Amino acid sequence: MNTGTFLALFGAVLATALAGVGSAWGVGMAGQAAAGVVAEDPDQFAKVLILQLLPGTQGIYGLLVTFITLSRIGILGGSPVADTATGLAYLFACLPIAIVGLISAYHQGKTSVASIGVVAKKPDQFGKAMLFPAMVETYAILALLISILAVTNIG
Amino acid sequence: MAIKEMQKLSICAPKKNRKAILELLQSMGNMEIDTEYLDDPDLQKMNTQKARAQFQKNAELFDECLKIIDLYSPAKSKGGGLFSEKEQISKKTYDEIVRNRQQCVANAIRVQRAEKGISDCKGAIIKDKNQIASLQPWMKLDVPMNLMGTKETELMLGTIPGQMDEANLYAIASKELAEPAPVSCQVISSDTDQTCIGVICHRSVSEKVEQNLRAAGFARPSTLLKVTPAEECDLLKADIEEQNRQIENLKNEIIPFSASREDFKIAADYYRTRAEKYRVLGTIPQSQNMFFLEGWVLKDQADAMIKMLSERFGALAEKEDKQEDEKEPTLLHNNRFSESVEGVLESYGLPQHGKVDPTFIMSIFYVIFFGMMLSDAGYGILMAVFSAVILARHKHLADGTRKMMQLFFWCGLSTAFWGFMYGGFFGDALDVIAVTFFGAPEGTTVLKPLWFEPLNQPMRLLVWCMGFGLIHLFTGLGIKGWEYLQNKDILGWVSDVLSWYLFVSGLVLLLLPSELFSSIAGDSFDFSPLANLHGFARAITWIGLLLILVMQERGHKNWGLRIALGAYDVYGITGWLSDVLSYSRLLALGLATGVIANVINMMASMVGKSVPGVLIFIIIFVFGHILNFGINALGAYVHTNRLQFVEFFGKFYDGGGKPFKSFKMDSKYIDVKED
Repeated sequence: MNTGTFLALFGAVLATALAGVGSAWGVGMAGQAAAGVVAEDPDQFAKVLILQLLPGTQGIYGLLVTFITLSRIGILGGSPVADTATGLAYLFACLPIAIVGLISAYHQGKTSVASIGVVAKKPDQFGKAMLFPAMVETYAILALLISILAVTNIG
Repeated sequence: MAIKEMQKLSICAPKKNRKAILELLQSMGNMEIDTEYLDDPDLQKMNTQKARAQFQKNAELFDECLKIIDLYSPAKSKGGGLFSEKEQISKKTYDEIVRNRQQCVANAIRVQRAEKGISDCKGAIIKDKNQIASLQPWMKLDVPMNLMGTKETELMLGTIPGQMDEANLYAIASKELAEPAPVSCQVISSDTDQTCIGVICHRSVSEKVEQNLRAAGFARPSTLLKVTPAEECDLLKADIEEQNRQIENLKNEIIPFSASREDFKIAADYYRTRAEKYRVLGTIPQSQNMFFLEGWVLKDQADAMIKMLSERFGALAEKEDKQEDEKEPTLLHNNRFSESVEGVLESYGLPQHGKVDPTFIMSIFYVIFFGMMLSDAGYGILMAVFSAVILARHKHLADGTRKMMQLFFWCGLSTAFWGFMYGGFFGDALDVIAVTFFGAPEGTTVLKPLWFEPLNQPMRLLVWCMGFGLIHLFTGLGIKGWEYLQNKDILGWVSDVLSWYLFVSGLVLLLLPSELFSSIAGDSFDFSPLANLHGFARAITWIGLLLILVMQERGHKNWGLRIALGAYDVYGITGWLSDVLSYSRLLALGLATGVIANVINMMASMVGKSVPGVLIFIIIFVFGHILNFGINALGAYVHTNRLQFVEFFGKFYDGGGKPFKSFKMDSKYIDVKED
């Protein structure tokens, strides 16, 4: 394997690994809060489950970028990376979703915890409570977009 | 597609008709009682707390009984209880149960007692089991535990901490006694924590021996049995059996009541309804002979209500103007398609009277955007079929659930539509199956996209998504403009709505043909003809900009402040930019579904063309796609809501309406059909 492919693979792995860590972190935090609410009021299960899952999407976005990258650098398809510069380009293209995924999922998890608190006190305010974590996700989506556009336009 | 018009009614009627009028109003269920403004100090309100509490207690008694019965004789339920629907009960059955309600209460109390008996028995069994466990170390003792000794000897039974054998024990017990000491020691059982011992000694030395033992931590057992431990154990076991028999008996006493399940449900709802009636009764002001009532009804029903009340009960009912600070309750009325998003709107906040009900317009965008985000024909078809089956099989779903299922149905159709547009059917399942199992050449495309494949041309779809976004946002702004025009506020319309239309569309027209944009969008779009409009675009941009700058803050007298704040409002264009960019989630989520589905298909097909290969394919395919569907449907739901709530509503809507809560039968299990 040449240096270029190595660097590209490194980027691809970072995308899933960092975004996945962030999501695991966020979903874990929110899950603890959700379990507490269900212990008191089992009827809120569906609502708090949705709120718990919200920070989980970053991991999926990371996977998405990894998959697209792998299918272009000769590992799942496409042709091997020609030179080091191109490999480095793939690495950088993967960074937005890796970094933003990690941090936004963490903060989305914290926001989800707060929203779960809202649902615990006022179950009928679920629609509004759901919005707060979804706002955080916007930045993960923007990062995903840039990563996808960058990866698909290299080489 | 509108908010129903409301009319306030005030009713004044003789007290003797109070019961009849309230019951009629409740069974009709079309009036919201609101007596907040009837606060004449001369009028009295009845204290119905106690009666209401009693009715509520009865309702809860039946609820509890139903749970108990379900526990011992589970009901056969359709759809796993997920889609609970109310039972349809004829008026005749209902009246009959109501007549026999005392009998029902008595039955319910019997069920409740039996359940209490069962839990008592269970408690006793646990107690017995604990006791058996605590007797285990003593099992080898073959005399009753309360035996104190014989005439000449004394027996000391008890425990000593720590592990110990008989020699040790003898050494401890006979300490400072002359050898041979008249002491005999026996270890009954021993473990690391404690040793159970029996020590026999002559009465002459018993005091000293006990002293010795106590110094080593000796303690007598807390309860002294009159029989040997083994016998006691048998007694306890017999008792457990007896308790189990008792539980069976009590269960058999409860199970026959599963036939009265329906009666209990009716009675529960009857008491709930009465409790609700008494709640309203408690808010009604009354004088010596009359009572007074105010509330909201639908405007088109007002006249009929007045006529009925005055003819049947001699009541004085008239239309009343609403108070200055009073808000009419909101009831939405929409067509079959649009009403499915009412729940979504409700979770944000209902519209106030005098504002536009956005349900209809929102429903169209909602379904389209949801479809674009989930965008897989397979998932969409499954979703539509699943919700259609549920709707067909459960005719009497609660309103909210029914609307939700309808929404899923429409969103499913839209998802299927966009799936075919993008060429996704469980991702690239058809291609993968064709290549893996039917030997089609690598790179076969079975299902060609009707439009184009997003993964190959992401920029093209991105531009389209933003285009849809701009349409969505302009529609929102249009609704705001419509409200201005309805209020005949032409100046407001020009300065707050038209100005933004001009400014934003001017900027878009300037941007589209530019070098910058075409280098981003690639060669899928050719906007160069728009360059001819350059002059026009610049003109409307400037007009819009100036309008915003000068007119947006027209409330301020001070021109300096007005322009300065206007300049700040112009800065609001960044808000438009971020709003439009936000629609890129249509692309991102759409890609996410497709790509992950492809990953699943790829993993599933790895084993290749063989019998285990097919099995593994099926397993991974089913589980993988269920997971992908679940996560992406959730994402599509959340982000469609977000686009409606934040971007769309941000342009014109602020909710704040109060839902219409009519005074009606408060039922949990049944609906009474009028004959």
